[in-house]
Amino acid sequence: MKIMAKSRTLYDKIWDNHLIQSENDTSLIYIDRHLVHEVTSPQAFEGLREAGRKVRAPNKTIAVPDHNVATTSDRLTNFGSEEGRIQLETLDKNARDFGIHYYAVDDIRQGIVHIIGPEQGWTLPGMTIVCGDSHTATHGAFGALAHGIGTSEVEHVLATQTLIQQKSKNMKVEVSGELGNGVTAKDITLTIIGKTGTAGGTGHVIEYCGNAIESLSMEGRMTVCNMAIEGGARAGLIAPDQKTLDYVKGRPNSPKGEKWDKAVKFWKTLFSDPDAYFDKEIFLRAEDIAPVVTWGTSPEDVLPITDFVPSPDNFQGSKVEAAKRSLEYMGLRPGQKLQDIEVDAVFIGSCTNGRIEDLREVEKIVKGKKVKSGIRAMVVPGSGLVKKQAEEEGIASSLKEAGFDWRMPGCSMCLAMNPDQLLPEERCAATSNRNFEGRQGRGGRTHLMSPAMAAAAAITGRLTDVRDI
Amino acid sequence: MEKFNILEGIAAPMPLINIDTDMLIPKQFLKTIKRTGLGENLFFEMRYDQNGNKTKDFILNKDHYSKASIIVGGANFGCGSSREHAPWALKDFGIKCIISTSFADIFFNNCFKNGILPIIVSEDLHQILLQDAEMETTSTMKIDLENQKIVRNNGDQLDFEVDEFKKYCLLNGLDDIGLTLKSADKISSFEKEYSDKFSWS
Repeated sequence: MKIMAKSRTLYDKIWDNHLIQSENDTSLIYIDRHLVHEVTSPQAFEGLREAGRKVRAPNKTIAVPDHNVATTSDRLTNFGSEEGRIQLETLDKNARDFGIHYYAVDDIRQGIVHIIGPEQGWTLPGMTIVCGDSHTATHGAFGALAHGIGTSEVEHVLATQTLIQQKSKNMKVEVSGELGNGVTAKDITLTIIGKTGTAGGTGHVIEYCGNAIESLSMEGRMTVCNMAIEGGARAGLIAPDQKTLDYVKGRPNSPKGEKWDKAVKFWKTLFSDPDAYFDKEIFLRAEDIAPVVTWGTSPEDVLPITDFVPSPDNFQGSKVEAAKRSLEYMGLRPGQKLQDIEVDAVFIGSCTNGRIEDLREVEKIVKGKKVKSGIRAMVVPGSGLVKKQAEEEGIASSLKEAGFDWRMPGCSMCLAMNPDQLLPEERCAATSNRNFEGRQGRGGRTHLMSPAMAAAAAITGRLTDVRDI
Repeated sequence: MEKFNILEGIAAPMPLINIDTDMLIPKQFLKTIKRTGLGENLFFEMRYDQNGNKTKDFILNKDHYSKASIIVGGANFGCGSSREHAPWALKDFGIKCIISTSFADIFFNNCFKNGILPIIVSEDLHQILLQDAEMETTSTMKIDLENQKIVRNNGDQLDFEVDEFKKYCLLNGLDDIGLTLKSADKISSFEKEYSDKFSWS
């Protein structure tokens, strides 16, 4: 009798392929790609120097400055602060000293680390990818196991090309059906977090599936996986398909010729077996997902744009206090119509929504219209190549004509480590991923939403249902 | 890394849920290239007003709790970014243990790498410890890692769970890299086999 192999999820398969050794619950796994940026790496490189260690696999290590870089055209000389300058200079020196791949600020390929990984073909299906940044989950869109690590782990990966891990549980999030008009990948991922909560995925790796997920472009899939961490999950994954292969093919660092054929053959085995076991399963109907915005200071504070600001009384337990605090911070009162909330700023960009498709969505909404007077609206392409493409497609000129500030690539106002920041009580429609207190600048008020919704808010000056534009 | 065995100290109550890493240490302090000196800016926006003065009602500004070495925190503690600056700031301030009903994954791991013990307890135990922490007179607790006990001020002993490997590393102050490099041969042979099989990787 033939003995059947145990059914495995996609996560199980990737895990098994990278498992070096395991003792009790603690495993050592091999890392295929290590992405590095300037904020979470200096102490790790310093640790290597102190211990006289080298980077074990410089060919698998890719560095780019993104968090600190200014997005103005004078950014080669303007650093916003002396500490910022030192941090950027430190990455430059570390990258050169240790001989790792490096995209300097003046390289057109520079951009947000999670945008350039896929763009340059470093991100491939079935890989393990880590970075000292929680939004590393983005790369899961390719069927890679990708997650954020702390600086001690950055040093560990630099020195050993491995990571000490405990295996997570499997969680499935299935979204089936057809997305309605104006509903995007961002609305899907925010709606999921609204449903599961910011700790709903803790201890799990999420696999997103269902025909609504399959229908998304690679850009959309990256948006969905990017925010897996906001739902508490270690990583988010989507099984690779033809769209994945089409995206990866021909990228500077993707395999070519015979290696490509061999890789594709393997990548086609990367899916969860039909009867694989998931510890947790969530099902959503695409038809039930509306264009959404956040009203509070946690990404789980999500509501359809047609809704009203909730009252703390609507919640239970410790969430009551949290909601009170959020409303006070956000300057909102219960029962207020979300669409009546006026904004002062619009931020379009980030590793969540700084890709070409996002900018195309924005153009569709704003073309021939004007940003409402008094609103500062900023578009920050995710990479130099995204910027170039948008300029070639005429997107940049449409946006500039509409009154948007067209910037150089970087993390920008998503986390405000650079000069792009909100002022106290300034209210922003943002396409980024976190609405935490102070995230975009001390006292700044962030409403998360899709690029199309942010574009609509820029035109009307308030939170707006994109379906009405 | 500093060894962790028995910790006796004041526990500060912070029942707010979703205490994120931006709260723990805001972005303007991530520009450092050092691991030290961040304690002063721990919980910066809660701890200082716009003029840089200490806020009176923030728990860690109160005389008694300014010497805390334990935090009893709300659920999903440490959510948000992967910045290890969060545990560095906690440690620099003097916090060596955090007790909550749940932690965000990356933060949880980062704590262990820095000699900080995060303890997950049930809702019921959490309520008891929170109440203890809220009263200055009962806020001193003892954490015994070796025996996995939280000893309350009244002498009651509460058990807690901790991963064996992480416990071993904390108790002995072991650095992960040194431990992993003991398996250097295994890594090399894995790498060889792996790159033969997945030549494109």
